[in-house]
Amino acid sequence: MNASRIFRAVLLAAATSAAFATVQAAEITGAGATFPAPIYSKWADAYQKATGNKINYQSIGSGGGIKQITAKTVDFGASDMPLKQEELDKNGLVQFPTVIGGVVPVVNLQGIKPGQLKFTGALLADIYLGKIVKWNEKAIADLNPGVVLPDLPIAVVRRADGSGTSFLFTNYLSKVSPEWKQKVGEGTAVQWPTGMGGKGNEGVASFVQRINGAIGYVEYAYVKQNKMTYAQLKNAAGHYAEPDDKTFKAAAAGADWSKSAFYEILTEQAGKEAWPITGATFILVHKLQDKPAQGAEVLKFFEWAYMNGGKMADDLDYVALPESLIKLIHNSWTNVKDAAGKPVFTAGK
Amino acid sequence: MVTNSEKNARAAKTAKNRFADMLFRNLTRAMATLTLLLLVGIIVSLTIGAWPSIKAFGWGFFASSEWNPPADRFGGLGPMYGTLITAFIAVAIALPISFGIALFLTELSPAWLRRPLGIAIELLAGIPSIVYGMWGLLVFSPVFASTVQPWLAKTLGQVPLIGKLFAGPPIGIGILAAGIILAIMIIPFITSVMRDVFELTPAMLKESCYGLGGTTWEVVWNVVLPYTRVGVIGGTMLGLGRALGETMAVTFIIGNTSVLDSFSLFMPGNSIASALANEFAEATSPLYTSALIELGLVLFFITFVVLSFSKLLLFSLEKKAGTTS
Repeated sequence: MNASRIFRAVLLAAATSAAFATVQAAEITGAGATFPAPIYSKWADAYQKATGNKINYQSIGSGGGIKQITAKTVDFGASDMPLKQEELDKNGLVQFPTVIGGVVPVVNLQGIKPGQLKFTGALLADIYLGKIVKWNEKAIADLNPGVVLPDLPIAVVRRADGSGTSFLFTNYLSKVSPEWKQKVGEGTAVQWPTGMGGKGNEGVASFVQRINGAIGYVEYAYVKQNKMTYAQLKNAAGHYAEPDDKTFKAAAAGADWSKSAFYEILTEQAGKEAWPITGATFILVHKLQDKPAQGAEVLKFFEWAYMNGGKMADDLDYVALPESLIKLIHNSWTNVKDAAGKPVFTAGK
Repeated sequence: MVTNSEKNARAAKTAKNRFADMLFRNLTRAMATLTLLLLVGIIVSLTIGAWPSIKAFGWGFFASSEWNPPADRFGGLGPMYGTLITAFIAVAIALPISFGIALFLTELSPAWLRRPLGIAIELLAGIPSIVYGMWGLLVFSPVFASTVQPWLAKTLGQVPLIGKLFAGPPIGIGILAAGIILAIMIIPFITSVMRDVFELTPAMLKESCYGLGGTTWEVVWNVVLPYTRVGVIGGTMLGLGRALGETMAVTFIIGNTSVLDSFSLFMPGNSIASALANEFAEATSPLYTSALIELGLVLFFITFVVLSFSKLLLFSLEKKAGTTS
């Protein structure tokens, strides 16, 4: 009796959900980077309210995102690290950026106010190489005349988990320090010569806040929300920049996006105002869509997000893309085609 | 007088029972076999996954602590060392404490305190490991860094040879801190097993010893402990197994570095489970993934060896007990 009632209820539920499915619009699935996950879920939520279409995003990490989209188990993948042209070609993928963020060096030194310390890239590299071990060493003091630096060992903190944040940071250090490039290199995870690893941005932030004399690097949102003591960085133009949305935008504006496949890492960009450790996060989709309708829904969602999502991105301390770049992305979407060779979606329609 | 129909019904019932018996026996056998198959399946799939890394690095994987994803060169010595040493510290701390708790609960505690205290210990076992990790990082580690570590450096740190283990800056994060958190996590496991087996000691044996004028300590050491040896070792191994595989709590506090350039317990290290949890999601190159899977295989192997070793130990103890008594 009871069992049959449950059975009937299940049948009913199945029938109604099937009926809904025919009425309800598309449901698309994406997976990948954790850094843009908050903004993607916020966009998805607003998009569902506006259009009824459902976006299901799983933040499993960039590596996982690349694997999932390559295996075609999701409709789009997300990665903090752009793929090189040959990697894209190998798996038949195209990529485009969505939002921009910045990575910021933070310190914990008593009496030092946010923005008071100044660093150059080479100095940062020497600290992370373990060559500068005390806060009152000459190399730091020379850059910061008038700042009283304590006789304290530098506790170097970095990410323990593989992360797009680490990729941007190590990419920057590789650009500014030949020694770093040769000894360590760049990547979501590298062989750190010194220091300890915190798990996630929150892990690094809490290590830095706890240990007197610590230095670390976190995403801008964590600096702002936790009111951490950030440092200024000397950019490629020789100007000390403060991390905020203006300097991140300046870095994005300085890049030449029209080059191949949006492979653009925004570290150490020219431009007087540019923040030197800036980067975009990327979406990956298949060039040849097996299910053109699904592919079109993905692009439709991101078109909507570019148009309506800028404010939401600002609220979460990401930076929206410049107008000119969005136009380039729209144009690039004509490369996403169905089996007949027809573009699955045209922006602006 | 039994009628024919009754006989038939009874026969049918026996047949039915026999069928049910057979079904049940096969069902349980299938379950047991499935476990074995799963075990073999896990080993096979881990080996297949780890094969590229095994081929590329060979035995060098066990000798090198270079963990360099950009250059695709991997050696697992750092995490292996960290796993073993943290688990060892955990057991070294947890074993005497658990023994004390179990002893108090079974022999010395007033009856009204026994139940609440026992329940409190068991509740400790139910706390999710991530809570231990957060607590360790935010509460324990600052206190540890400002009080215990400087004290250790001043006392044990001055002893030649052992002093090397307690050198370096007191930052509250590292192998020793991870070992202590692990100890707190496994104390409830070891304690409850010990308490249960202590209670199994026949009262007559204990009373006899008391009757001969034995103190509580003498009773426990000469009667209870020999009687419950198997259970005590089993409980310790359970704790050790848990310490070897613990992930979240360790990852928060161990410092996560595969650099192995000092034997100081104050320095940050890494454990296999923690490395897997941290790096798997973002491991992009196939060799990187494969090296991580090989680490998983190694952890599997370590656990296997530890368990077999404890079984061997028990076996030899039993044999010895058989000859001497």
